[in-house]
Amino acid sequence: MMSTVSRPRAAAGLGLIVLAVAAIVFPAVFSSPVVTNYAVYALIFVAVVSAWNLFSGFSGYISLGQAVFFGSGAYAVGIAARDWHINGVGVFALLPLAAAVGAVIAVPFGLVALRVRRHTFIVITIAVFFIFQLAAANFSFTGGSVGVAAPFLPWSPTEFNDRFYYITLACAVAAIVIAALVRRARFGLQLRAIRDDEDRARGLGVRTMRVKLSAFVISATITGLVGGVWFLYLTQVEPPSGFDPLFDLSLVLMAFLGGLGTISGPIIGALIIEPGQLYLTIKFTNGYASEILLGALFLLIVLFVPRGIVPTGGEWIRRLRTRGRPAVPPVPTAVPAPAPSEGSDAPVTEARR
Amino acid sequence: MAREIYQAVVDGILVGGVYALMAVGLTLIFGVLDIINIAQGVLVILGAYLSYQLSESLHLDLFLGLLITVPAMFVIGVVIQWAFIRRLRGRERTSMTLLVTYAVALIIEGILYEIYGPNPKQLNASYVQSSVRIFGFYLPYIYLYGFALALVLIAAIYALLYRTTFGRSVRATMQDETAARLIGIDVSRVAALTFGVGVAVTAAGGMMFGATNSFNPNSGYDLISRLLAIIILGGLGSIGGALVASVFMLTVESLVDIWSPEWAIVVFYAVLVLVLVIRPTGFFGRQPVRAQ
Repeated sequence: MMSTVSRPRAAAGLGLIVLAVAAIVFPAVFSSPVVTNYAVYALIFVAVVSAWNLFSGFSGYISLGQAVFFGSGAYAVGIAARDWHINGVGVFALLPLAAAVGAVIAVPFGLVALRVRRHTFIVITIAVFFIFQLAAANFSFTGGSVGVAAPFLPWSPTEFNDRFYYITLACAVAAIVIAALVRRARFGLQLRAIRDDEDRARGLGVRTMRVKLSAFVISATITGLVGGVWFLYLTQVEPPSGFDPLFDLSLVLMAFLGGLGTISGPIIGALIIEPGQLYLTIKFTNGYASEILLGALFLLIVLFVPRGIVPTGGEWIRRLRTRGRPAVPPVPTAVPAPAPSEGSDAPVTEARR
Repeated sequence: MAREIYQAVVDGILVGGVYALMAVGLTLIFGVLDIINIAQGVLVILGAYLSYQLSESLHLDLFLGLLITVPAMFVIGVVIQWAFIRRLRGRERTSMTLLVTYAVALIIEGILYEIYGPNPKQLNASYVQSSVRIFGFYLPYIYLYGFALALVLIAAIYALLYRTTFGRSVRATMQDETAARLIGIDVSRVAALTFGVGVAVTAAGGMMFGATNSFNPNSGYDLISRLLAIIILGGLGSIGGALVASVFMLTVESLVDIWSPEWAIVVFYAVLVLVLVIRPTGFFGRQPVRAQ
């Protein structure tokens, strides 16, 4: 028994080390700014989708308003740098401000939106999202439809991309670690209990509003910060780019492709979809084929891998191990105690149906 | 000033009728299938393009053309439901239908772009430009006809729901899908037909939208977010609620528009958020939204 537990664990540890080394040497191997550009965007999405998953994936409240925090973080950095006349590398000191702005917006947003469930929640997040997009376009301090430009960073193109690669890598790793910690903690269990059956979770003593709101704020904080980084990388934010409806739907798609509520699933989803989307838009610049292809891809994913790559893959591996025999009957323990494996996503409260 | 306000209210009510035509289908689909059809916005635009094609190539009158576009959209709706939505089951059904209908929207949008290009189009007829003066208000004919059409179609849907066997099955499915299945209702057939009806109504909404606004394949996204705000405000699944909420929202928007056109649309969403803080089920929502 010991060896069957520790062997996958050792393999996982080794895999993590290999991944870490690969991630660190990546810019040295692929020095072309074109490639690192893809990597930076992919890492930005890894960070944001992990943050999104921390709230929406764990709690089951699908939010289409994550761009509110992303765009607000971007605008916060841009406006502060403009009004306080901050130039050069000093702008990075404004990133905590972006995180704080995300958190501050999330509190009233959450207090309103988290009162309702499911469809209504989704639509309220869309409504709040549009309020922010329209407000950014109409206020004068946000620069109207022109938006805000970032201060100039005195770095050469290769240097620029490489440095942003490591910054976004750090953001992504931090977001993943936070998500993993939350998932293992009592807090994460409470979130997943809410996802499975909110009324029962409340009956069992979970302070649902407090738990949901905390997760929402943590998720918003990370997203705001990453929004600030994205802005400094792109050097410009306008209302439709900072508050982009496609952004939210991409997050949902990434999480679904990989596996909603798992740690590695959304990461894998982001690493597949973001470069894919970039490639398609660059390849079909003057046609609308990329849209049709993207839509078809969406459909294929949802119809054929509805539970996501990680859970489905985990099931295949289990089936392979048991060689066609029925797998071990589901153990009725609440949570796999020592090492909750990624694929098995057993309901936290007792199954209802 | 008072005149302006009266005119704004009248405008709001008439435009609200047009939006009701588009929102009724969405709320009907929600009520029976328990899904949000993100593609509804693009389907409105598809309806507008169908009317455009008929009036361009066959010189068919816009309202007469509905006799062709409504059945065509019904078929399209049934096909979408049968091919994609029917298959979705399980816990994440809500969010997956969101993705599937969004994907359908992307594909339809892409196809419309391929055929018609990005330049805005508008439907035209003799009654689109002219207006009639009643009690000192200038009322465009198209809005008057459209409002009448909205009332007729909504009455027809009510008749369908409350006077026919099919309607009874639909209402039973809305109340409790499992129970409906138990008493022998073919729930998947009801779902497919309802989706068809919901999309078919959209053809009329699309024609009206196309006659009163210029549109291109991208116009669907702005529309869907407004329509969602309307049906949530009216109470999900409530057809009367959709009508009342359309008129209410559009009146508020056209009133704010007197002072500040830029902020009118923001008020639209702000009203939704405010109302939901006070009343989370919307105007005519029945029970608090079902447990997850």
